[in-house]
Amino acid sequence: MSDQARSISLTVNDQSVAVAPGTTVAAAVLLAGHVTRTSVSGEPRAPLCGMGICFECRVTIDGVPHQRSCQILCAPGIHVTTDEVSQRSGGLRTP
Amino acid sequence: MRSSFDILVVGAGPAGIAAAVIAAEAGRHVGLVDDNPAPGGQIWRSAAHLPPAAHVWQTRLDASSVVRLQGWRIFDCPEPNLVRAERTGAASSANDHAEIGCGSLILATGARERFLPFPGWTLPNVMGAGGLDAMVRGGLPIAGKRVVVAGTGPLLLAVAAHLAERQAIIVAICEQAPLTRLARFAAHILTEPAKLWQGVQFRQAIPGFPYRTGCWPVAAYGGDRLQSVTLRQGAKQWSVDSEYLACGFHLVPNTELPELLGCRIEDGFVATDDLMQTSVPNVYCAGEPTGIGGVELSLLEGQTAALAASGQVENARSLATQRRRRLGFVRALDQACALDPQLRQLPAEDTIVCRCEDIRHSGLSEHGSWRNAKLHTRCGMGPCQGRICGAAAEFLYGWRVSSVRPPLFPVSVSSLVSANSSPLNSKETP
Repeated sequence: MSDQARSISLTVNDQSVAVAPGTTVAAAVLLAGHVTRTSVSGEPRAPLCGMGICFECRVTIDGVPHQRSCQILCAPGIHVTTDEVSQRSGGLRTP
Repeated sequence: MRSSFDILVVGAGPAGIAAAVIAAEAGRHVGLVDDNPAPGGQIWRSAAHLPPAAHVWQTRLDASSVVRLQGWRIFDCPEPNLVRAERTGAASSANDHAEIGCGSLILATGARERFLPFPGWTLPNVMGAGGLDAMVRGGLPIAGKRVVVAGTGPLLLAVAAHLAERQAIIVAICEQAPLTRLARFAAHILTEPAKLWQGVQFRQAIPGFPYRTGCWPVAAYGGDRLQSVTLRQGAKQWSVDSEYLACGFHLVPNTELPELLGCRIEDGFVATDDLMQTSVPNVYCAGEPTGIGGVELSLLEGQTAALAASGQVENARSLATQRRRRLGFVRALDQACALDPQLRQLPAEDTIVCRCEDIRHSGLSEHGSWRNAKLHTRCGMGPCQGRICGAAAEFLYGWRVSSVRPPLFPVSVSSLVSANSSPLNSKETP
C-alpha cells in the first residue's frame, strides 16, 4: 500500500485523511487515529473480525448510520463519523 | 421487477467462484452474490502475492457470463427459490434492495474465526488473526508494528508470514495446541503434495519467529489501545509489549443461511451427499460450511455442486471421488485444532462475552442454556446476532447455539418492507 499514491481524500470526524485506492473505511478510521464505535457500556471499540460479521466497525458514512466500514472501500469526498462525534452531538447511543 | 437466475451462488470465495464459473460455462444463467467489495472471499482477498489458482479462477470468472452481485448481502429467504438481498456501500447513500429468484441455490457462505473472551479482548487493536490480516490487506499500515499472533490453526502461520512480509515485528506466535498433536498433524499433511508446499512456504517464512505451542494469551492491557499482552505456556506466565494482538481460535462455518433454508446440520456443519446436495431439494452447499478443509477442497466442492446443479452428474461423481480422498485432511485438521479445556478458564468474572450488548461472563455462566441467557441478558441479541459470542458460549458453557430467523442481518426498514422491488441491472461491474 505504501508505494501507491494516497489519492483518495475523505474526512473522518471532520479531519481530512488521504488514503490509497483499495483502502477500507475501517482502515481509514484507524489511520486517522480514531476508533469506530463506543460500546453500550462506554468502551472504545475497533474492528475485530475484518469481514463484516462482528459489527464492531460500524460507522456513519455520509449521514447513513450503521455501515460496516470493513466491507466498504473509501471513495473520494465521503464523510465518515464515528460514535465519538455522534455522541457528543447528542447522537446515536447513550452509554 | 425482480431478477432471476437458473443458478444463484452465494459467496464469492474459492468455492463460490468455482461453482459460478463451472455453471456458467455449462450455459446456465448464473448470479453470484457476495457481501464484500470484490470477489475472492477471505482467503483470496485482493492483494499482491495471490496463489496461481486464484489468478486462474479470477480469469475464468472475468471471461464468464456470471452476473456479479458484489456488495450484496442476503438477509432473507422466504422460499428456496427466492432470496432477498440488500446492498450497502459508500457510493449509495440509500440502501438498495432486491428479490432474486433462482432454480437452484449453491451456498458457499464460508467461515468466520472463533473468538474466545479473555480479559482485555475488547480493547481496540485486539483483532482476529484473519481479522488483522484483512485490515492490513484493506490498507492498515503494519510495517514496524509489534504484533502477537495467537489462537490455533494453520491460519496463524499464514497470517504471521504475511504480516512479516509487510515488515511487521512478530513478537510471538502462540498456538494453543500441544506440539505432540501438531507433529501428528504435520505427519498427515506430508501425504498431501500441495499441502506440503504450503508447509514449506511457511517454514521458510518462520525461521527466527518465536513459535510456541501449548501457549495462549491470558490478558490484554492498554488504555484506549492495546499496549501489552500476557502470555501463558504451561506454568510460565509473562508479558510482552505489543501494538496488535491477532487472535483467532480456528474457524466456524457460516451456516445461518443454510439453516434458514432448513438444510440439515450435522455436528455444526451442513450435511450434503457426495454431489454436495443438501437435505433441501435444489439447494447445494460447498466449501467451509460442509467442513473446514481449505482452498483446494473448497474448489473441488464448488465445481462438484455446479456440475450436479447443471445436470452433469457423471462429471460431478468423478470429482466427488477426488473429494472423498481429501476428507481425511478435514478430520485431521479438526483434531489438531481441538481447544484445550483450560481455555474455558480464560474469561474473568467481569470479562465481556457478548460484545454487542456488553454482557459479562458472570451474568451468563449461571444460565442453563443459550435461550435462557438470551431471554434474561440480551446476550447474542445485538447486531451480530450471536455470530461472535455464540461460538464462545458453545465452548465456555457447553450450550447448543441455534436460533436463526430472518432477517439474517440487521437491514433497513425500507428493505424489510419492500416487496417485488429490484433495482438490479442485468450485469454489474465489481
